Amino acid sequence: MASLTIEKVSKSFGQVKVLKDISLEIQAGEFLVLVGPSGCGKSTLLNLIAGLETITSGNIYIDGKVVNRVSPRDRDIAMVFQTYALYPNMNVRKNISFGLEMRKVPREEIDRIVKQVSGILQIQELLNRKPSQLSGGQRQRVAMGRALARNPSIFLFDEPLSNLDAKLRVEMRTEIKLLHQRLGVTTVYVTHDQVEAMTLADRIAIMKDGIIQQFDTPRGVYRDPVNSFVAGFIGSPAMNFIPCKVREMGGEQGVVLRTEDERDFSLPVPPEAGPLGEWVGREVLMGLRPEFISDSIPDLEDNSRAHEIQCPVKVVEPTGADTLLFVNLNGREVTCRVHPDRAESPGKDMKLVIDMSRAFFFNPETGERIRD
Amino acid sequence: MEVEGKARRTGLTEHLQAWLPKIVLSPTILAGAVFIYGFILWTAWISLTPSGLLPRYEFAGFEQYVKLFQNDRWWVASRNLAIFGVLFVGLCILFGLILAILLDQRIRIEGALRTVYLYPMALSFIVTGTAWRWMLNPALGLERLVRQAGFETFTFDWLVNSKMSIYTIVIAGVWQSTGFVMALFLAGLRGIDDSIIRAAQVDGASLPRVYWRIIIPSMRAVFFSSVIILSHIAIKSFDLVMVLTRGGPGYSSDLPATFMYTFAFTRNRLGFGAASAMMMFMAVMAIIVPYLYSELRTQRRV
Amino acid sequence: MSDQGYVVTPKTPGIVAGRIFIYGLLVLAGVYFLLPFLVMVLTSLKSMEDIRTGTLISLPRQITLEPWREAWGSACIGVQCEGIRGYFMNSVRMVIPAVIISTMLGAVNGYVFSKWRFKGSEIIFSLLLIGCFIPFQVILLPMAITLGRFGLAQSLTGLVMVHIVYGLAFTTLFFRNFYVAVPDDLVRAARIDGAGFFTIFWRIILPLSAPIIVVTVIWQTTQIWNDFLFGVVFTGGETQPVTVALNNLVNTSTGVKEYNVDMAAAIIAGAPTLMVYIVAGRYFLRGLTAGAVKG
Repeated sequence: MASLTIEKVSKSFGQVKVLKDISLEIQAGEFLVLVGPSGCGKSTLLNLIAGLETITSGNIYIDGKVVNRVSPRDRDIAMVFQTYALYPNMNVRKNISFGLEMRKVPREEIDRIVKQVSGILQIQELLNRKPSQLSGGQRQRVAMGRALARNPSIFLFDEPLSNLDAKLRVEMRTEIKLLHQRLGVTTVYVTHDQVEAMTLADRIAIMKDGIIQQFDTPRGVYRDPVNSFVAGFIGSPAMNFIPCKVREMGGEQGVVLRTEDERDFSLPVPPEAGPLGEWVGREVLMGLRPEFISDSIPDLEDNSRAHEIQCPVKVVEPTGADTLLFVNLNGREVTCRVHPDRAESPGKDMKLVIDMSRAFFFNPETGERIRD
Repeated sequence: MEVEGKARRTGLTEHLQAWLPKIVLSPTILAGAVFIYGFILWTAWISLTPSGLLPRYEFAGFEQYVKLFQNDRWWVASRNLAIFGVLFVGLCILFGLILAILLDQRIRIEGALRTVYLYPMALSFIVTGTAWRWMLNPALGLERLVRQAGFETFTFDWLVNSKMSIYTIVIAGVWQSTGFVMALFLAGLRGIDDSIIRAAQVDGASLPRVYWRIIIPSMRAVFFSSVIILSHIAIKSFDLVMVLTRGGPGYSSDLPATFMYTFAFTRNRLGFGAASAMMMFMAVMAIIVPYLYSELRTQRRV
Repeated sequence: MSDQGYVVTPKTPGIVAGRIFIYGLLVLAGVYFLLPFLVMVLTSLKSMEDIRTGTLISLPRQITLEPWREAWGSACIGVQCEGIRGYFMNSVRMVIPAVIISTMLGAVNGYVFSKWRFKGSEIIFSLLLIGCFIPFQVILLPMAITLGRFGLAQSLTGLVMVHIVYGLAFTTLFFRNFYVAVPDDLVRAARIDGAGFFTIFWRIILPLSAPIIVVTVIWQTTQIWNDFLFGVVFTGGETQPVTVALNNLVNTSTGVKEYNVDMAAAIIAGAPTLMVYIVAGRYFLRGLTAGAVKG
């Protein structure tokens, strides 16, 4: 168990700067998820933590000590790769014990550890098989077994679930979470899937273009996104972004939503959603999650935040537990989440309730969240 | 202080490990630098000297090259290379392509046929040359066979005919290398997406037309590779000539490779031979360098 | 094998005739390729009498193995009349170390170029690649001079070394291209597990290398056994390989031409690589196309 500190780390490949001044700190035992679109630099950061690549500038500390020049084998880390990277010519037992063998762990100790690890991961029957004889999910477990056997201070995961089918992915996700709860080892986990990130993380670092956009708890990035990228990245279906004009509305500010058939609805903006005083007369980007444009808002503390609009339905997508309605507001396609029984059919008018206390407002040019 | 202590201890082995790839590569790099590039420069230097039997390292300017260009035998050799090159490359590609197309037609005995077409590539050019030397023997070979079959006046004395001797080299060379081209084309044909062909057939195109308009044009890359490789083989052709005709009769079937060998190693004119070697080198480089350059460029783009 | 994907056409007489035509051409081509070999075998089993009176493809009136015995043990090549046996053994003694060493070096080089890239390694590789293409005429003179200075002129050892040096470019190319397809993550995982440069090569990379080792060994064996240029320039007299000996035999201007002996000797000289081809032809082809695809 070790803490991890990343201090102003930058990494360039030739002329291309892939990581720009990254700073992060996690405590021992925390589960950190690095998430972001392809090319954001998350895998590169993981490789730097592992010592597989050299840092261009900055420092990395494991348990308080600088490890910039320390080789991977001496950093006391273990890594699970997206492609599993199991040694094809060795059976499962040898795959798991290879790292221990390299460290000259005595034979009986190795056997004990292999037994223990394969028990935890339920792969005892597979010990004599070769990787080519295993299914995807089994290979994944063996890869985790290899990492577990080393009993490292830090676990590194590089998109380990990407190559699994959807059902298996969900199963393994829960297993990883359980494992972390049980063993409590500091973990850095890279993924591009925001659902994985939200369910597994103690803290999330959302990355884009080599910069950390927001470093916060899952609840923090969901409830309090720092810019439109983070807001749009987290949550499924994704947040709606509606451009609207700000106007004065009885001492407060309000925004106007225009439906497809030219009906206007004025919605007051509650003060906690953002002081839009300086934005009167200008356009802002309003962010609204589909779950907050619904047929009704249950458990709403303050009814004054709920406002009704009516507009024609364009497309209906039943997803089982709820139904997604697509409507057109201010020229944008907006997704709404409604109860399946109360969804109107396409072409008909639907009454929707918007919870304005959950609305976010962003600067349309910079994407930054508008707040005090 | 555990991790840092380990860092200090492993600093040295880390350093060594970082250098290990370069250390491992260094003998090869050294060998390449000396035995390829160093030697090329050395030969170039010799070509600029008046060396005869033994190397003499005085500068003689382009004297040897001038002599080369005034040498009738060199012109014959060069002309032969052009004739041989064009025919060899052209016929190999033509026959190779035809055979590949035929073989692509779901032939049941394809495996056996492929083995037969390709086995000549496993033979040394000396063995091939020996066989064809016998087969084209003026009195006892092909001539006699055809005569006995009824064509009394058939003559085939190309082997000893100064005008035709170079064409015997073509015959033997094409026999040896066609299979290789066929293999390349077959691999290329097999790499074509079937759905394109099916779409064309659904559109009503007949099979020959499909071949002509769709398949052959997409073989451009294979054509290109084949031309390059065959040209390379052609320029280096030495073994075949030595055994089949020895460059003869006289020097009517000489090629630059045999020219170089003769003058450098049997006529004791090192500088002169070196000059001819440099000419060969430059000819090959003129073909290979642009090719490699374009290959590496497209790879980097991908 | 491409899938049987062309639209199935009905078996009309036109189609059937077309198929017969195609098969016919292919078989004809097959005959054309087999003919010289057939002729060689036939000729090697005839007496000189038969040769003088028969044609290329006439059967021997009486099969005789005398030409073979002579080719192997008593034919006159140069000044000696001991057949190509000694020269055949020279080739064997030369090919084995040359193939083994050039393959081993190629493997390690390929490993470095594909998995341990460093600044400039790609350029070095490209420069090495060019070494595959140079016409060897351009290094013959310096090599001859150098071998002479080291006392290796006209020696089998010298020939072996030459083959190793100039085979390196090809073997490195083969292994490097093969290893590039091996996932880099394997090496990364091994590094994290604590394995070093050689351990990774020995325990992980090499066990995967069987296919390319076979291809490379076959390719090198064929190239080196069949070589003539290096043999004729760098050896002489007793150290000559079988290809040079064959050429000498066939091109002697003294005495009566014994075509049957020539043919037998040619078959003997070509037999090893032909055997390799028949046994492992698939890998032979892979070597050819691998070399070709990369230029």
